[in-house]
Amino acid sequence: MSPAIIQVDNLTKRYGDVQALSGVSFEVQEGEVFGLLGPNGAGKTSTVEILEGLRNADSGRVSVCGLNPEQESNSLKHEIGAALQSTALPEKMRVLEALTLFSRFYKRRRNPDELLKRFGLEEKRNAFYSHLSGGQKQRLALAMALVNDPRVLFFDEPTAGLDPQVRHEIYDVIEELRREKKTLLLTTHYIEEAERLCDRVAIIDHGKVIAIGSPRELKQRSGDTTRIEVRLARPAAEQALRQLEGVADCRVVDGNYVLHSARPPQTIVALVKYLEAGGNELASLEMATPSLEDVFLELTGRRLRD
Amino acid sequence: MRHTWKLTLSRMRLAMRNRAFLFFSLIMPLAFLFVAMGIFARGLVNATSYILGPVLALTVMGSFWGLSIQLVIFREQGILRRFRLAPIGPGAMLASSILSNYFLTLPTVIIEFALARWFFHLQSWGNLWAVLALVTLGTVTFAALGLTVASVTNTMQETQIINNLIWTVFLFLSGATVPLPRLPSWIQKLALFLPPTYLVEGLQRALTERDITLWDLRTELLALAGGTIFSFWVSQQLFRWEPEQKVSRRAKVWAASTIVPFILLGVWEYSHGPLLRNSKSAFDTLREAQPSPDRTR
Repeated sequence: MSPAIIQVDNLTKRYGDVQALSGVSFEVQEGEVFGLLGPNGAGKTSTVEILEGLRNADSGRVSVCGLNPEQESNSLKHEIGAALQSTALPEKMRVLEALTLFSRFYKRRRNPDELLKRFGLEEKRNAFYSHLSGGQKQRLALAMALVNDPRVLFFDEPTAGLDPQVRHEIYDVIEELRREKKTLLLTTHYIEEAERLCDRVAIIDHGKVIAIGSPRELKQRSGDTTRIEVRLARPAAEQALRQLEGVADCRVVDGNYVLHSARPPQTIVALVKYLEAGGNELASLEMATPSLEDVFLELTGRRLRD
Repeated sequence: MRHTWKLTLSRMRLAMRNRAFLFFSLIMPLAFLFVAMGIFARGLVNATSYILGPVLALTVMGSFWGLSIQLVIFREQGILRRFRLAPIGPGAMLASSILSNYFLTLPTVIIEFALARWFFHLQSWGNLWAVLALVTLGTVTFAALGLTVASVTNTMQETQIINNLIWTVFLFLSGATVPLPRLPSWIQKLALFLPPTYLVEGLQRALTERDITLWDLRTELLALAGGTIFSFWVSQQLFRWEPEQKVSRRAKVWAASTIVPFILLGVWEYSHGPLLRNSKSAFDTLREAQPSPDRTR
C-alpha cells in the first residue's frame, strides 16, 4: 500500500482559552473522498486550514503530498486546491477573469472555459462576482479550487447555507470528482453529505476524532438496530424503557426518547403496553434505520446539529 | 515578478470599474486644479507653475487613502484569504497594489499638465524628468505609507480615523494647501519632518526653476526614495492576510517607525538644509508673477 497522501498525527491547536484540536490523527489515501463530520466548532475547519498551510499547528505532524504545509507552503499550494468555508472575491471581478487570473499563478493549469462548462457557469462568464447567486458563487469557488488541476482538494463545508437544489448540484460535482479518483477531503455537518459522498468519514467532536471508518462500518456500530424516536405525554423512566423487548439502548435527546431496537414491532407493542399501564400516552413516534447521526448520538449523547 | 504583473493588470481593471476610484483619482484632482488655479493663479502666468506643484502633489498623495482602504476591505471581506491559497506572497500583493495605483495616477498627472497648459497658460514645463521622478517616488511612498497604516488597523472605521489624522497633518502642515513660507515659523520647522513637504517643495522647484537638475533635487528625491523603500519593507513585514490575525504592539512600533527616515532628514534639514530657503525662493516667483497676456490686453 502506498503511503497516505494526507497524514495527520496527534495535531493540537489552541486559540486563547479554547482548545480547538486535542490530538487529531487520521490518514487519507490517494483517490479517496474523506469526510470530517462534526458539529460547528468541532475543529474541522482548524484541521483543514492547517493542512492547507493557512494556520500553524501548536504540535503534531502533518504531511500533504509528502510536504509539510508549515515549511513548504509555496510548493504545497501548487499541489492542492481548496474551497474555503466562505470564499470572497472583489465585487467587480468577472467570473472568467477570476478563473483566468488564478490559473496563471500555477505551474499546472486547467482551461478556464472547460471549468466554466463543467460548473454550469458558461452563461455567467462575464458576470461580476457581486451579481452571482449564493449557489453560483459556491460553484465558482469549487471551480477555482480546480484551476491548477490539484492532486488533493479541500472543500470546507461546500454546501453550507445553500438551498437543497443547489446542494444536490454540488453533490453531483463532487461525485464526478470522485469518479475521476481525485483525493478530496471535505468537512461537513450534514449527515446526508457524508453518507452519500465519502468513502470514509472521521467523526470529530470537541477537537478529537471519536470514530473513523466508512459510513457503513460506522453505522454497524449501532448494530442491526432500528431507531425509534418517541415523544411522550409525560416523562417516563429511561431505565424502564431500556427493559422493553428488543431495546438495545435508550437515550433522552431534546425531550424525546431515542430507542435502538433489534426487533422494532415487538418493541412498539411493549412500549404501548407499558405506557397504557402507567397512564401515559404516545405523542409521536418515528422510525428509521440508523444513520451517522445515531453513531454521533451514541458516541457523544448529543445530536450533530446541537 | 510575473504574478505581480498579472495582479497589477487585474487590479487596474477592477479600479477602472470602480466609480469611487474614478471620482477620487480623476474628478476630484481635476476639480482641485480648476479651483486652485482659478483662485490663486488667475491672470498670473508664473503662478501657474508654482500652483501646479501642490496640485500634482495632492494627486500623488491621494494614493495614501485609496490603497489603505482597499487593503483593509480586502482583508475584512476575506478576499485576501482566497489569494493566500494561491502561490503568491505579500510582496506581490503589495507591489501590484502600488504599481496599479501608479499607472492609474499617471494619466491624471498628464491631464493636469495639459489643462494647466491650455487653460491656465503654463509657460514652462520645468524639468519634466524631475517631475516624473518626484511623481513616481511620491506615488509609491504615499501608497506604501497607506499600506503600512492598513497593516496595523483592523477595520475600515479605524483606518479612516487614523488616515484622517495623518491626512490632516499632511494637508495643512506641509505646504500642500498653504504655501510653506506663509505658514508660521514653527510649522515650517515641523514641516521638515513630514514626507509631503519634500514632494510639494520638490515639485514646485522642478516646475518653476528652469535650469534645475535632478542633482539639485537630490534631497527631495532621496527623502522619497528612502521613504518608499522603508515603508514598503515595513508594510511587507506587517502584512496580514486574515482579519482575525492580531496586531502586536511591536508591529505598531514598526509601523510608526516609517517616519524615522523623515525625522532624520528633518533634523539634518533643520540644522544644514536649504529646503525652507528654496521654498521661499520658489514662493517669490509667485510674487514676481506678471499678469497673463489675456489680462494685459
